[in-house]
Amino acid sequence: MYTAAGLLAEEANNPLLPHTYELVVGIFSFAVVVLVVGKMLVPRIQKTLEERTEAIEGGLKQAEVSQKEAQATLEQYRSQLAEARKEAGRLREKAREEGAQIVAEMREQAQAEARRITESAQAQIEAERQQALTRLRAEVGALSVELAGKVVGESLEDEARQRRVVDRFLEELEGRTRAGEQVS
Amino acid sequence: MSALTVLAAPAEEFKAPGPELFEFPPLFAGGPEWLTKPVVFAVVGALLVCVLAWSAFANPKLVPRGMQNLGEVGYVFVRDQVARPFLGKDSDRWMPLLLSLFFLIWTWNIMAVVPVIQFPIASHIAFPVVLAISIYLLKIYLGIKHQGFKGYFGDMIPKGLPKATYVLLIPIEYLSTFVLAPFTHAVRLFANMFAGHIILAFFSLVGFWFLFEKPTPLGVPLGVVGVIMTIVMTGFEMFIQFLQAFLFTMLAAMYIGSGLHADH
Repeated sequence: MYTAAGLLAEEANNPLLPHTYELVVGIFSFAVVVLVVGKMLVPRIQKTLEERTEAIEGGLKQAEVSQKEAQATLEQYRSQLAEARKEAGRLREKAREEGAQIVAEMREQAQAEARRITESAQAQIEAERQQALTRLRAEVGALSVELAGKVVGESLEDEARQRRVVDRFLEELEGRTRAGEQVS
Repeated sequence: MSALTVLAAPAEEFKAPGPELFEFPPLFAGGPEWLTKPVVFAVVGALLVCVLAWSAFANPKLVPRGMQNLGEVGYVFVRDQVARPFLGKDSDRWMPLLLSLFFLIWTWNIMAVVPVIQFPIASHIAFPVVLAISIYLLKIYLGIKHQGFKGYFGDMIPKGLPKATYVLLIPIEYLSTFVLAPFTHAVRLFANMFAGHIILAFFSLVGFWFLFEKPTPLGVPLGVVGVIMTIVMTGFEMFIQFLQAFLFTMLAAMYIGSGLHADH
């Protein structure tokens, strides 16, 4: 049936001649696709692809900036560390110098003190010696005068007398010294 | 269709399928003459393209998922392989049209190997003609708009040749640009789909006829060859379907480009 119809229509249906209704349907189909896919949907995906490109480029740029920043910070830290090390060395050096100076100062001070003490001791000794000398001189004078008086008072006739006088004097002297010692 | 044809015909001898493969009665008895299988599936194909494109591109994300990935592959393919070589920086402006063309033609072509449908829409010449004429009119419109009437029709002819050659050159140039180009644009797609459909129908009929309809000891090996060839040619046809959709779109991009800028 179908084949028979086909054979009958063969003359009329040249495959190179379009059917009018198919032209209309073709135009309709094409128009629908162009409107929906072309006008509505393609701009959306174009926008998204553009945004993606921007996002990727932005991300790359951001990463580059971050890396540069990190590099700069690292550099800064390194320089700071080096500076700190230098500073520490300088401080150590300074402390050592100061220590040495302090030690030297102390030594000098101690020496000065020692010298001062020595000097004052010597001065005291000198003073005491002077004092003793003065007193001794006064006593020796008095004693000499006394002795001379006694010598002159008693006539120095003979040797025995002389000896007695001297002995007495010495005894007296001795006794006075002892008394003086007891007094003082 | 071929099997039905064979079943309906009380033929005793094998008869290769011919142009009757492309003739369809109305879908149901008494229905309007225009409501045929190609018409229905032409519209179904167009709607399918819209639905698939909608599911891919309706709500696009920066990080694509599922259908969007697939759709982007198609978009990037058409943009990089079709639009950019011919349109350069104008590509984005013309991608809506080119992507619509490519998806619609490819979907119509693929229907040739989809079970039950098994008919390439573009093998009815009306459909390629509509597409080719649209591009043809667009080409001329763009040419006059961007290059001026004189510029468009004048720059087409190369200058500085011996006067005598123009007698031949001018008719040939106009003929090729305004008659042959749109004609081959439409017919290339039509003829490929038409021939592909006949080839598939022929080999499947060979298989059906010699294995089921009239199995004979001599015929069975022939039927096996027919089945194998049907499978092989189906694969080949799928390649051709893609290639013709690609080619049609590429030529459209080329014609649009020739309207935007003078070739010479």
